[in-house]
Amino acid sequence: MSSKATRASFGEALVELGQEFKNVVVLDADLSKSTKSEGFAKKFPERFFQMGIQEANMIGVAAGMSFTGKVPFLCSFGCFLTGRFDTIRVSVGYSNANVRLVGTHAGVGIGEDGYSQMALEDIACMRTLPGMAVLQPADDVETKQMMRFLMTHQGPVYLRLTRQNLASVNAADYKFQFGRGVQLKDGKDAVVFATGGVVANALEAAINLEKQAKSVAVVNIHTIKPIDKEIIQNWANKVNKFFTIEDHNVLGGLGGAVSEVLSELGKPVKLKRLGVQDVYGESGTPEDLYTKHLLDAPGIAQSLTKLL
Amino acid sequence: MQKQNSQQLKKTALESRKIILKMLTEAGNGHPGGSLSAIDIITALYFNEIKHDPKNPKWEGRDYFILGKGHGVPALYATLAQAGYFDVAECMTLRKLGSRMQGHPDRTKLNSLEASTGSLGQGLSIAQGYAMASRLDKKDNRVYCLIGDGESQEGQIWEAAMSITKYKLSNMCVILDENRFQIDGSTQDVMSLEPVMDKWKAFGFNTLEIDGHNMDEILNAFKLAREEKSRPTFIRAHTIKGKGVSFMENNNHWHGVSPTKEELVKALKELDEVKI
Repeated sequence: MSSKATRASFGEALVELGQEFKNVVVLDADLSKSTKSEGFAKKFPERFFQMGIQEANMIGVAAGMSFTGKVPFLCSFGCFLTGRFDTIRVSVGYSNANVRLVGTHAGVGIGEDGYSQMALEDIACMRTLPGMAVLQPADDVETKQMMRFLMTHQGPVYLRLTRQNLASVNAADYKFQFGRGVQLKDGKDAVVFATGGVVANALEAAINLEKQAKSVAVVNIHTIKPIDKEIIQNWANKVNKFFTIEDHNVLGGLGGAVSEVLSELGKPVKLKRLGVQDVYGESGTPEDLYTKHLLDAPGIAQSLTKLL
Repeated sequence: MQKQNSQQLKKTALESRKIILKMLTEAGNGHPGGSLSAIDIITALYFNEIKHDPKNPKWEGRDYFILGKGHGVPALYATLAQAGYFDVAECMTLRKLGSRMQGHPDRTKLNSLEASTGSLGQGLSIAQGYAMASRLDKKDNRVYCLIGDGESQEGQIWEAAMSITKYKLSNMCVILDENRFQIDGSTQDVMSLEPVMDKWKAFGFNTLEIDGHNMDEILNAFKLAREEKSRPTFIRAHTIKGKGVSFMENNNHWHGVSPTKEELVKALKELDEVKI
């Protein structure tokens, strides 16, 4: 299985789309090597804008450019972008700017740099803005299709990407559908809704649990907003145990989104939200942090077993 | 649009002052002080300086005007109405439920607005975005952004100032409506901007200083800005908060309080007596 960081897939897609669509512009705030926008910068220097360490200004500039018909991708770490919440709120969200906010370095998965560089509340923040789509791909093929979709979608988007490499979860003939969850594995006892960097781990955990005669389904939620209510409802009709898992605070992220839908359905379903349990991140290797927060396959299997 | 001369501009601005006061009284709240300090500059922009087409608000050849200090939007509504974008009558729906005349500019509701502002400090960055896109497309659209002196305390203004000169956006003109007051008091006391000219000069702007209520000086500054081909221009416009209504001038009570019906009558009487 190939393994690639979604930021790397994004960087490749950006070059391809830049070639095809002349209205694509890219802005970065001194992190183009990390966000992987540097490939585009080299290929299309006239459409790449180095904005310096000025995220708020970059957001406003991108909004202004979008009002003339450009499709700006503005890149930084997710925490630094969404940390400029009011600028996004007014200049992008409320203004209905056709801007793609690309936040890389999602979650504790970034490792050693520690909490200040980890996007852990970004989904929660972005999800509260009306009209803002929140996307998080789980692998290379999904990232690339999502990027192509972003050339036709109208309205502001937050795209959340990982620093770390991810194993593929989708087949080569996969077709991305905006707003639709993807069932990766069927199951009878419970369902896990996973997003982004932990999808492959959730799948591995569920496959391993088969050996213990536990049948757990896995659904990849690449579109956190608008959330796929239908797939949640369908699963609520089939099983009474739900799990969500994400490399993000369990408050307001995928766990929040799924529980909002579930609680209004009024089904007798128990939901456990797995992820970063309302604590700040810290330094450590990505592996050690995933073990600590039970985000790796063994950790996920352990959490699932406890409640099954 | 037919360009107005400075005499005609004074008349248009006078009429806008009346519209501003009427709409604010009708709304029952809003910001007269900063609208009246900005109206002469905005009038000069729309009736002389900028290329625009009221019949086609999204005309690609237009120049862009961004009102950074969004609370001064009654001045912009009055101007747009007089220019023919919509009826003056619609101004009287200001701040009412369902109105396109939002308390602060909303571009999604009113297509003659270039930006949704009101959270201070954001408009200048959006203006920069327009200017950069225009450059990229090798177009000659110019971009004008009016900021407040209180607003200039926002860090994002200085991010943009640094960035605008990096990109040598000589198609940009930043105008400071320096009416010397903000909600909590005089700008000098709350957070001084001095030395204002030195700051913008140090950032690399072509800097000009004018009386923001003198039409000839305003028009001349815009002309000098247009002729400057290597740097963006910053115009420090000295203005009077509440300009045109004696009991409002330099009285910061009128930052965010609208005139009562009686006060409106008094103000309109004063404005009716002005001879141009």
